[in-house]
Amino acid sequence: MSETLAPTRTAALKVDDLRVAYLVRGIAREVLRGVSFEVAPGEAYGLVGESGCGKSTTAYAALRYLPSNGRITGGHVLVAGADVTGMDDAALRRYRARDASMVYQDPGAALNPVLRIGPQVIECFTLLGQSKDEAKQHAIEGLRRVRIADPVRVMQRYPHQLSGGMQQRVVIAMALASDPTLLVLDEPTTGLDATVEAEVLDLVRALRSDTDAAILLIAHNLGVIRTMCDRVGVMYAGKVVEEGPAQQVFDDPQHPYTVGLLSCLPRHGIQKGERLLTTIPGTLPQIGTPLPTCVFVDRCPLVTEICRAEVAPVVEVGPRRWTRCHHADRIGEILAADDTQGVEAATSHRVVFEMRDVSKTFRQHRHDIPALVGVDIGLEEGETLGLVGESGSGKSTLAKAMLGIHAPDEGGELQIDGKVVEGKTGDRTSDERRAVQMVFQNPDSALNRNWTVRRILKRAVVKLTGVKGRAADERVEKLAESLRLSPRHLDLKPRQLSGGLKQRVAIARAFAGDPRIVVCDEPTSALDVSVQAAILNVLAELQAGEKTSYLFISHDLGVVRYLADRIAVMYLGRIMEIGRTDEIFDGPHHPYTEALLSAVPTVDGEPATRISLAGEIPSPANPPSGCVFHTRCHRFMAGTCDVIEPPVVELSIGHRIRCHLPVDQLARSAGVD
Amino acid sequence: MSATTPLTTAASAMPPSAQPRTERSMARRERWRLLRRRPGFIAGSVVLLFWVVCAVGGERVSPHGPLQTGFPSSQAPSGSHLFGTDQLGRDVLSRVMAGARDVLLVSPFAALLSVIIGTLLGLIGGYIRGIADEVVSRVMEAVLAIPVILMGLLVFSTFGTSKTVKILTIAFLFTPIVFRTVRSVTLAEAELDYVTSARLRGEGPLYIMTREIVPNITGPIVVELTVRVGYAIFTLATLVFVVGGGRPEEPEWGNMVSQTYGLIQGGTWWPAIFPALAIASLVIAVNLIADSVESVYAS
Repeated sequence: MSETLAPTRTAALKVDDLRVAYLVRGIAREVLRGVSFEVAPGEAYGLVGESGCGKSTTAYAALRYLPSNGRITGGHVLVAGADVTGMDDAALRRYRARDASMVYQDPGAALNPVLRIGPQVIECFTLLGQSKDEAKQHAIEGLRRVRIADPVRVMQRYPHQLSGGMQQRVVIAMALASDPTLLVLDEPTTGLDATVEAEVLDLVRALRSDTDAAILLIAHNLGVIRTMCDRVGVMYAGKVVEEGPAQQVFDDPQHPYTVGLLSCLPRHGIQKGERLLTTIPGTLPQIGTPLPTCVFVDRCPLVTEICRAEVAPVVEVGPRRWTRCHHADRIGEILAADDTQGVEAATSHRVVFEMRDVSKTFRQHRHDIPALVGVDIGLEEGETLGLVGESGSGKSTLAKAMLGIHAPDEGGELQIDGKVVEGKTGDRTSDERRAVQMVFQNPDSALNRNWTVRRILKRAVVKLTGVKGRAADERVEKLAESLRLSPRHLDLKPRQLSGGLKQRVAIARAFAGDPRIVVCDEPTSALDVSVQAAILNVLAELQAGEKTSYLFISHDLGVVRYLADRIAVMYLGRIMEIGRTDEIFDGPHHPYTEALLSAVPTVDGEPATRISLAGEIPSPANPPSGCVFHTRCHRFMAGTCDVIEPPVVELSIGHRIRCHLPVDQLARSAGVD
Repeated sequence: MSATTPLTTAASAMPPSAQPRTERSMARRERWRLLRRRPGFIAGSVVLLFWVVCAVGGERVSPHGPLQTGFPSSQAPSGSHLFGTDQLGRDVLSRVMAGARDVLLVSPFAALLSVIIGTLLGLIGGYIRGIADEVVSRVMEAVLAIPVILMGLLVFSTFGTSKTVKILTIAFLFTPIVFRTVRSVTLAEAELDYVTSARLRGEGPLYIMTREIVPNITGPIVVELTVRVGYAIFTLATLVFVVGGGRPEEPEWGNMVSQTYGLIQGGTWWPAIFPALAIASLVIAVNLIADSVESVYAS
């Protein structure tokens, strides 16, 4: 956008050979090893890379907000020509108040919970020296600027009375109060639902046209970076290894790390049957490890002797585009060598699990809250059923009903292998318990931090299979082996393992008793993309070998598409659409599915059309009349949708949909590739 | 991967339990190393050790017997009687040293007992929840509402002032406080997914509480124990001071202060001030240790 403007003006942000070290147990360990980049006024620059590569440290260093053990050991940060690294306390305070703003990941934590929105926003303006009335006027304008329709009413509210998207708008309004030169966005949409994320991204994009701020965006979601940023810098181990216009970098990466990172993602709609995901071998080096020549040398597929002997050169590979690699001319070889095959489908069309007309109503403060309403699903042997929907749509409740953590209401029925089972796990037989196990989202919470891996696995083996003693030990070792955990890992405690290894332990535990069904609740959302790829591969391989069925909950549609054979779309405790993965993605879609699909920015570019859902998901305690989705539906037909509950229509065998629209009027592929 | 896999791989030579034990002892050794580096811990330990020597050594370490009379009465501290003598001609230093025995027997046991009972009830309240939690919580609140002095008066006058009665009384008074601490950490722990996972493989509540949860809350429990010991010393001295503890000639710190504090106005300050300082020194020493333990567990 601003590429033509950029070179003629002073950079709004210039990071020059920045070096930062953290003091860990008395030893300074280098985390930024000479980071350099520039952001022009009005330009958006994205930093990408896995956790631990120094993205956030760079952002915090730009505001001099480093943690107390962090030191800038070299280099400069210039904002509009002023050297931030050399400022004294007074100058720094002035700089943070007037020239730089930051938007954090969790808007709920960024707002003071005991103050109304009004005073918090007004304060941003009074700090700039405005009078009370002036500040209030500006606050109202500021909130209107972030598309808050009724700012005066919102100012009366407390933060907890606003939705996550609304909170983030308020935070953005506050960040823009000083009309900053530099706006840092640190994972601004990470905690938000896809539909809300789309809204916030739309807003930031719109704001860019009327502010001259340089935007530094940090996000682990490469799709977000692609849609938002003009240029990106790819960071690895404290160094920018590749830089260039966002589209070019993502479509045609020129550094081995960027190539690896991008090929870890399930892109272009690939599925587990086609090929396994590519992973980057090895792990990120420990902070402070000396890497004098090339930071990626230990994990690079193209590595030769020169990579260890000489500092990697910066190679121009296009206009305003460079990569830091000895072998920039050989990048093409990496993908050519990739010939992994997919896993073979293991489904046998035997139904192993069935839910018939299952509802779950919670009682809270004497109100009935229906969290699941008349759910019918079946799960075939060796099949993966993906479960998608916004938070609050009942995905987790469905999983918990299946596992027996919540007993469903009277009238519904759960069957395992054709046999009706009790609602509560405690009332089920040990074989029935053994049949359904779970992999949790957060391995830190899922593994007992005081137990060794061996004890965690052995207890699961003993309890689920009844095998004891030597035989149990052996089974533990086989389990570990099948998850590629080394024997050394068995005697460690969870905190001594990396996130990916922890999740492998959790998966091994779920598989301890040869389960028929494994519920996976966002098993990779806490992991980096390269680790995610490895975990998804493991899940796919285990399934192919064991004929296990998965109920796979995820908000990442790319991941669901890769792993799932069928997908169910949930809204307000109801299944709105269910069908084969290709049917869900190609259409005809339920309008809600259509909106969900269109909300997702992907690395491969944006959906052609964006359908934004109005408002928030309604309270399940008071669901809308007729079709529960009608309040937010862009295809709403007055007189029908708000009166009559739509019937379940079978579009083709197994592809069911809850909608009044005639089939020929339902949208087809929303353009997500 | 079947449950009945025949023995295909050679069994690993290492006994599975050997490694965890060393890991645990390593953690313990690390905590011990951190503790020894804290000046508060060292100072507290030295003072505590002094009182332990007094309690164990008895007349072998004190200059005279605690009940031995016949010295000139109400002598100010001097070379022959470091802490002076009281109005009945007994050596104050010997009595103060002998007084350590009672305190050091009663308070740790009282604290330990309250921590054991409080932990059990706290686990039930925090993990089982429901009616059991309601009942236990209300009872604990009722106990908290009883004034300490009133309680002491009642119990001591009814059941006498044997060590057992003292231990039970203080343990009873402290249990609700331990209960509240343990209940709150258990509540947080029970929310974690490893507990759900244990339920999914069919573990009973007793196993989950004792094997899964307790190892993760030992930190707060150990801290609670050390803190309670400090409070127990103080509470014991208070009760004995107000209510009286056993026979008047018993060398008990609270007793000694209560019998002699009237003499301070007449200028005979030493028979009351020295036992009072003894109480203070022991309470402070235990609290210094407790603080160090707490910060080592927190780090």
